[in-house]
Amino acid sequence: MDCHLDIFFLEAVLNGLLLAGLLALLALGLNLVFGVIDVVWICYAELVMVGMYGIHYAHKGGAPFLLAALLGILLVALAGALLHVLVIRPVLDSAPINQLLVTGGVLFFLQAAATMAFGIEFRNIGIRLGSVNLMDMSFAWSRLLTFAVALGGMLALWLFLTRTYMGTAIRAIAQDRQIMPLMGVDQRKVYLVTSAIGGGLAGLAAALMVLQYDIYPQIGLQFGPLIFMICVLGGLGNMIGGFVAAFIIAQFIAVGGSCFATEWGYAIAFLFFMVAIFIRPQGLFAAKS
Amino acid sequence: MLALANIDAGYGGFQALFGVSMSVNAGEAVAVLGANGAGKTTLLRVISGLLPAMRGEMTMEGVSLRVIAPHRILETGIAHVPESRRLFPRLSVEANLKMGAFVPAARKRFAERLDYVYGLFPRLKERRHQLAGTMSGGEQQMCAIGRALMSGPKLVLLDEPSMGLAPVVVAQVFELVRRIRSEGYTVLIVEQNVAQVLKVADRAYLLEVGRIKASGSAAELLASDEVRRAYMGI
Repeated sequence: MDCHLDIFFLEAVLNGLLLAGLLALLALGLNLVFGVIDVVWICYAELVMVGMYGIHYAHKGGAPFLLAALLGILLVALAGALLHVLVIRPVLDSAPINQLLVTGGVLFFLQAAATMAFGIEFRNIGIRLGSVNLMDMSFAWSRLLTFAVALGGMLALWLFLTRTYMGTAIRAIAQDRQIMPLMGVDQRKVYLVTSAIGGGLAGLAAALMVLQYDIYPQIGLQFGPLIFMICVLGGLGNMIGGFVAAFIIAQFIAVGGSCFATEWGYAIAFLFFMVAIFIRPQGLFAAKS
Repeated sequence: MLALANIDAGYGGFQALFGVSMSVNAGEAVAVLGANGAGKTTLLRVISGLLPAMRGEMTMEGVSLRVIAPHRILETGIAHVPESRRLFPRLSVEANLKMGAFVPAARKRFAERLDYVYGLFPRLKERRHQLAGTMSGGEQQMCAIGRALMSGPKLVLLDEPSMGLAPVVVAQVFELVRRIRSEGYTVLIVEQNVAQVLKVADRAYLLEVGRIKASGSAAELLASDEVRRAYMGI
């Protein structure tokens, strides 16, 4: 073990903070969809993967990165809406296990389809932003940018949810589904908008992740379990709980990884998760009632 | 204004309403009386589209309600204050009122309607940033009625507004009903509290096991043997 309260420890903590921004963004989309529609998109990380490939190929095809990122966000927003219409809507009244299995099916379908279409190679968008040095610590610009944009995206969503009629309806529908028609609200439309936003958040995460990670068909497996763990830890459907949980888990990963080995970071994070769930099965924070 | 003819309705294999015919004229306050399980709540749910009718005809100012999607009923001018209030507990009072003005026509007049509702119920203005679920029962009923008024309805459906409230508060809630009546809204109110509701209503229908058993002016029903025996313990 190599763990002292030195500058490298601080670096690990700060890197954990930066990672938390991305994880919080990823958890937010899943929580939003679950909170409103009451269905878990097991294939959420695969939507991110689709977005990463979309951005990669748009950029390779000549689009400047910002345009490619925008196209990626729109692509995944559309994918989210399609997922809802084609897969979720038919099983809305089915048992939760069926809903879980059907989105699980989408997970493997997307992975297999990506493998067929793009091959198993690791691809990189090839944009290097360099890093910034502070004392003896080094931080990648891509991570700093990711953190800032992720927070910005979450703030934008918060403003949307609190300031607009549709946003207020999205918060309301999670509290009382049956009476929405009495408010003149078309539940189907709210679900569709929520799915598109959930997809759009996955697209935003994809745009940030292509700057940090290689793209391959199974990248969803690297992030998917992590995202679920964070959502469940924070109380599934509880957006603020998910936000806080992302910061906790990211610290376990970053500091644990720095003190022992990277893999140990994940092991410790999941161990903490299991213990936490034994103690508080509903998540660390009061889940939605 | 509102007319129902031979409405049958129910849940799955269970029929709750049998050939219900009734009408509400503009400016009236009409009460539907009946015991638990008589079908009072079902009746209001059918009118506002939450439960599709099986048979019969329903019109609002000549427009057939049965062919309209549930979320468009509000646009015909019918606002429904549901049983046990059903506020959004973790939204603020003001956000609840905002939900009442969700339809496009009401959004345009949101500021004006909000001023109007706050003028009618100043207590709501004091509590506008408070979470609706943390208010007292009477205040919640006030908020639920205010939410319904936000859309600028012509007809307000009230489902047991006194349910679950302390006797003192019940009197206050009927005062609210009187106030929205005097504001010119047409009211269709469903109640078990027969003595109180007949003081506010012009006319009433008596519903028993899904069928209209009696109807007439409030005074007539108050004097009728059926009502006195069954609901007033006389």
